[in-house]
Amino acid sequence: MSVRRLAPPEQQPASFAFTAENLAWAKQQIAKYPDGRQASAVIPILWRAQEQAGGWTPRKAIEYVADLLGMAHIRVLEVATFYTMFLLEPVGRKAHVQWCGTTPCLLRGGEEIRKVCERRIHRHPFHVSVDGDFSWEEVECLGACVNAPMVLIGKDTYEDLTAESFERVLDAIGRGETPAPGPQNGRQFSAPLGGETTLKDMVPKDSIPLDMMPNGLAANGLAEKDLVATDLAAKGAVPKGAAPKSRKSRKQDKA
Amino acid sequence: MLEDKDRIFRNLYGRQDWRLAGARTRGAWDGTKAILEKGRDAIVSEVKNSGLRGRGGAGFPTGLKWSFMPKQVGDRPHYLVVNADESEPGTCKDREIMRHDPHLFIEGCLIAAFAMGAHACYVYVRGEFVREREHLQTAADEAYEAGLIGRNNVHGWDFDLVVHHGAGAYICGEETALLESLEGKKGMPRLKPPFPANVGLYGCPTTVNNVESIAVVPDIMRRGAAWFAGIGRPNNTGTKLFCISGHVNNPCNVEEAMGIPLRELLEKHAGGVRGGWDNLLAVIPGGSSMPLVPAHQCVPLPMDFDGTREVKSALGTAAVIVMDKSTDIVRAMARISYFYKHESCGQCTPCREGMGWMWRVLMRMAEGRAHRREIDMLMEVTQQIEGHTICAFGDGAAWPVQGLLRHFRHEIERRIDEYAANPHPDPVRVAAE
Repeated sequence: MSVRRLAPPEQQPASFAFTAENLAWAKQQIAKYPDGRQASAVIPILWRAQEQAGGWTPRKAIEYVADLLGMAHIRVLEVATFYTMFLLEPVGRKAHVQWCGTTPCLLRGGEEIRKVCERRIHRHPFHVSVDGDFSWEEVECLGACVNAPMVLIGKDTYEDLTAESFERVLDAIGRGETPAPGPQNGRQFSAPLGGETTLKDMVPKDSIPLDMMPNGLAANGLAEKDLVATDLAAKGAVPKGAAPKSRKSRKQDKA
Repeated sequence: MLEDKDRIFRNLYGRQDWRLAGARTRGAWDGTKAILEKGRDAIVSEVKNSGLRGRGGAGFPTGLKWSFMPKQVGDRPHYLVVNADESEPGTCKDREIMRHDPHLFIEGCLIAAFAMGAHACYVYVRGEFVREREHLQTAADEAYEAGLIGRNNVHGWDFDLVVHHGAGAYICGEETALLESLEGKKGMPRLKPPFPANVGLYGCPTTVNNVESIAVVPDIMRRGAAWFAGIGRPNNTGTKLFCISGHVNNPCNVEEAMGIPLRELLEKHAGGVRGGWDNLLAVIPGGSSMPLVPAHQCVPLPMDFDGTREVKSALGTAAVIVMDKSTDIVRAMARISYFYKHESCGQCTPCREGMGWMWRVLMRMAEGRAHRREIDMLMEVTQQIEGHTICAFGDGAAWPVQGLLRHFRHEIERRIDEYAANPHPDPVRVAAE
């Protein structure tokens, strides 16, 4: 358990209301649950409110969601303070880094990642960096233990990090790019580094050999992107005519 | 070693298309109607005969759990709830199922819901798994569109699947806390009885199953209970996803037969222990809640429910955390205690107060800043937490500490003695004169 309080009044915005698009989305969510059970939708809707409010949950958003769902304000306040993914204070504009500090990550050198956060973002968690772009916190196990150490930034995980590759990720985000998520050492998701020991038949014949794979691209299943093909062809890694097929053309082959 | 043809999760590493077209080529949704036509009782008894035990940690027989649901649907609808709140440190198997084989899982939900007379299924995905949730939702939308689930679907059993999510609370992996959270409250476990099979979600009969337990059901039904029961040992049947993390050369997820010896598992799939087998210090065989097993008990250690119980640990979620001799074992376990301190829901006093207490004492012991008598006191406190809380969280937090004290008491004593012999490790600063 940890004590979690709302941000001080001077940081709280004066009002909150869903955009028309988000309101329509929220109504859809409520409809998923039986009549009279609209409170079930509180976490998804509060989450959407957090996204709209810039990555954190102000008091007005909590009250707005409570009114929307016909719940007492205190019930939603309880939810917002109980669940640690509702961030109660403002976070970095470009990224809030959630660094996993639990034992499996610790064993694989997770402390290095913390040091980078402390050096580049702020000495203390939950403080926004000087330029206002970044903030960080230590979170408990994020469920990617075989890809330790790892961080969660927004919706994406960055796995198999080293201090250097993590800095590259931060650099890219700082430049306004979205670095390729997933393992940052060229690994195929949770397969052993260097290639599978099982299910070798499932590896498509035209897949790029792992050691030719640029960092992270294996991770999001985007190997078919033209970018990769041209990139590798330019390096001479892929012989002409052997460029990886797009998913679409693979499907057509099967048909 | 398990052969590829006996593996259920053939897209474990995401090498193939995870969407409907790809899933169909791997056999998902094949003959599902014929399976449902066998009837509720036949499905439940097939799952019972397969010997499938729940994959979420406790290892309760899945078929038996299903049979606890009322036989007739009364005034209150039946619900299937799937626990995809995978948060146990070391565990990352359900994630692979949801993002790479979601159709196999959705098909399992349909079969399980039918077997329990449920028309609605809620999948509670942990909040951090955003992309996994998106994959699952996309797959569900595809299944709706193809008429595989939904009203008036091709299988003749109306079935709705709702992908719900949490927001970062480990305790919501406990089944009654999950139900509370699903109802829009704080995730605080409920007292049992009444059990969820009688009074569960919205006060209706509910069964809560783990993702992996549900996702293996379609293959059991297609290939037969005898096939599944033929893998592994009696009482510990089937295949299992193992998550190998920590100090191995190649950490990975792999599907293997239950009962595979630990050493074989590590050396065949994970490239062996870093620095060789002799460099092994200890292993946590089943996620952070389970007591560690020291190296000398790791051979032979069949990785199944009974094999791990013989060394006073448990299979849990089959998340193998390997620690080599470079590990600061006391600090590693103290970090696990910190995890439980952070994640305690605060409902029961022994847990709320005890978790922080254990963490603080372990941190002192890691430095040696403690008395020898406190080791026994710590053991006593863990025993006062164990079994004195509403849910099993208290047990799961006490066991790893007990495992540490059982096997590494000498290490803690050594640190205490060293500290006592030299109480001021930092040199006293004096002015340079």
